[in-house]
Amino acid sequence: MSHKSKNNNFKKHNPNLATFLSIILAGLGQIYNQRFLKGSIFIVIELAVLITLLDSINFGLWGLRTLGTIPGEDHSIQLLVFGVLALILAVILAALYAFNIIDARSQAIKIKNGWKPHGIKESISNFYNYAFPYLMTVPGLLLMIFVVIFPLIFSVLLAFTNYSLYNSPPRNLVDWVGFENFTELITVPIWQDTFISVLAWTIVWTVTATTFQIAVGLFLALIVNDPRIRFKKLIRTIFILPWAVPAFVTILIFSAMFNDDFGAINRDIIIPLFGGSGIPWLSDPLYARAAIIVIQTWLGFPFIFALFTGVLQSISKDWYEAADVDGGSRLQKFRFITFPHILFATAPLLIMQYAQNFNNFNIIYLFNEGGPPVRNQNAGGTDILISWVYKLTFETNNYAMAAVISLIMGLIISGFAFYQFRQTKSFKEEGEL
Amino acid sequence: MNQKQKSRIEITLMYFVIVITSIIIFYPLIWTVGMSFNQGTSLYSSSIIPEDFSLEHYKWLFSNSSDYILWYKNSLIVSFSVAIGSVIITSLVAYAFSRYKFVGKKNALYIFLLLQMFPVMMAMVALYIFLNMIGMLDTLTGLIFVYLGGQIPFNAWLVKGYFDTIPRELDEAAKIDGAGHLRVFWSIMLPLAKPILAVVALFNFMMPLFDFLLPSIVLTSQDNYTLAVGLFNFINDQFANNFTRFAAGSILIAIPVATVYLFLQRYLISGLTAGGTKG
Repeated sequence: MSHKSKNNNFKKHNPNLATFLSIILAGLGQIYNQRFLKGSIFIVIELAVLITLLDSINFGLWGLRTLGTIPGEDHSIQLLVFGVLALILAVILAALYAFNIIDARSQAIKIKNGWKPHGIKESISNFYNYAFPYLMTVPGLLLMIFVVIFPLIFSVLLAFTNYSLYNSPPRNLVDWVGFENFTELITVPIWQDTFISVLAWTIVWTVTATTFQIAVGLFLALIVNDPRIRFKKLIRTIFILPWAVPAFVTILIFSAMFNDDFGAINRDIIIPLFGGSGIPWLSDPLYARAAIIVIQTWLGFPFIFALFTGVLQSISKDWYEAADVDGGSRLQKFRFITFPHILFATAPLLIMQYAQNFNNFNIIYLFNEGGPPVRNQNAGGTDILISWVYKLTFETNNYAMAAVISLIMGLIISGFAFYQFRQTKSFKEEGEL
Repeated sequence: MNQKQKSRIEITLMYFVIVITSIIIFYPLIWTVGMSFNQGTSLYSSSIIPEDFSLEHYKWLFSNSSDYILWYKNSLIVSFSVAIGSVIITSLVAYAFSRYKFVGKKNALYIFLLLQMFPVMMAMVALYIFLNMIGMLDTLTGLIFVYLGGQIPFNAWLVKGYFDTIPRELDEAAKIDGAGHLRVFWSIMLPLAKPILAVVALFNFMMPLFDFLLPSIVLTSQDNYTLAVGLFNFINDQFANNFTRFAAGSILIAIPVATVYLFLQRYLISGLTAGGTKG
């Protein structure tokens, strides 16, 4: 008899009610499920959040919407920062709230099906098991939110404002302007010209510099890997040297060597050999571009060289012996054995090289600060998108336009990343998990 | 005989290419060494083989009038903190991603892969304003935090890929013997993952040492400069005037670093290939 009534008791337990209660106030559903400790912890947390954070979230979101209303008093950019942080916080809280509802509901369903809650001790250990991966990722996640995610959202939003040197807080208010900056970029002549030429050069630079460094690296790796070459170890050590020396040092050294007036290239090589007064490496855009590509090849080939050397050594000799039996020529062996092997093993890393050069701020800025200046443009002759963004931000303080260009860069980079997604092996494994 | 001759010509050509490449590699390096031993600070009157050999620039770097030692110290503080911190944070994250299932895991992995390609530059304005608001602008701590957060996406992939290769039977066996989550992490995963953790530590030691962009924005006072920013300022003010000093300062940092690189390059490569092809 008593057994039967208990049976009915849990059958009557209503998951919908538990869900409803936990929507009204986090924790109520848990209390209905007779998880009193858990329920009261949830309630305390929710009340604490409501009392302490609701105001600031509200304020943050207000700031995000309006960017301030009183010129001279409201600091639009600080409001934007608060706004983005409040937005992130709100998303996290919403996720926790959703977790509370799902938890109440699934537990109520379990109880309805005759499951009995564990004791407190067991629940805590269950909770620990469940929460462990989250606990492990929290420190990293927090850092990433502040250092990577928040700044990126902020930059994206900045592209839709009119924040610049002439319109900057605290004196003025910054406003949302929608896509105005984007239309300005493609319609106003000076922006349009600069954008097109910088974008074109960025693409040329990325493709040629990276391809050169891969080609040189491959060529040298093949030569040094030839069985007839001796002193392999010494040669490899020498060839890796440019990678080992800090890049910012070598770029600055090259920049001095290529100096038009007193650089060693002009003074010791060009003028003695070809006469004349030397080549204007730094002041002529074409020569400056050529010089930068040469320098990047110097800097970048050792990594590719080392990478390919590793792969070459791992290709089984059987392949080549089989090719010899079939009478394959050396070129055929390279085309059908060596090259596919190398490419297959290193494709994602090679794509990364292209992405890296696309973002290679250091060489452009340290060599010539993006110069020489070009007439009718507000970027220099060797400026790529990223160094242009730097100039717009820190030299002319045109923050909004810098953000627009960052956003465009981000879209291009996502293209690289998309390709990478499909290449990465462990992703495919992850999919099967 | 014909075959032999052909082979000999080929070998000669290959050695020729090797010699030319070596010259191209060594020329700027030796030129810098030569510059650093020249007297006076003018690049114009200096030559690759110094006419009057002098150590004055090296002496100057260690004298009281230069901040070189201070910058060196700052750089080492940042590099050591980032190296140690990144190993701790990344291995925790990678452990969770490699061994546990949790909500949002797959999306997080996608986001990591995307984020590792974004240049820090894109976040610069926000970081500057944010660090300014919380009073961490122009501090080494602020710089360290930015590096620590920024390295997670790339290195978490690297370490996760390595953790994935450690057989799960090992931690399951340990769990049957009563080991907790942290115990498994500490006594099984970490010792087995030492090679990749060493790579992460090395990457994150070197990266801040030579990064120019971020410290040049975050650090504003001379006392807080790291080496890269400090050395750049030697030549940025009056280019020709301080180049010999810059050369001397660069050599003192390039030699130890290049030595370490050459010794460890095999591990660096294996670490990178593991990250690239396996994730």
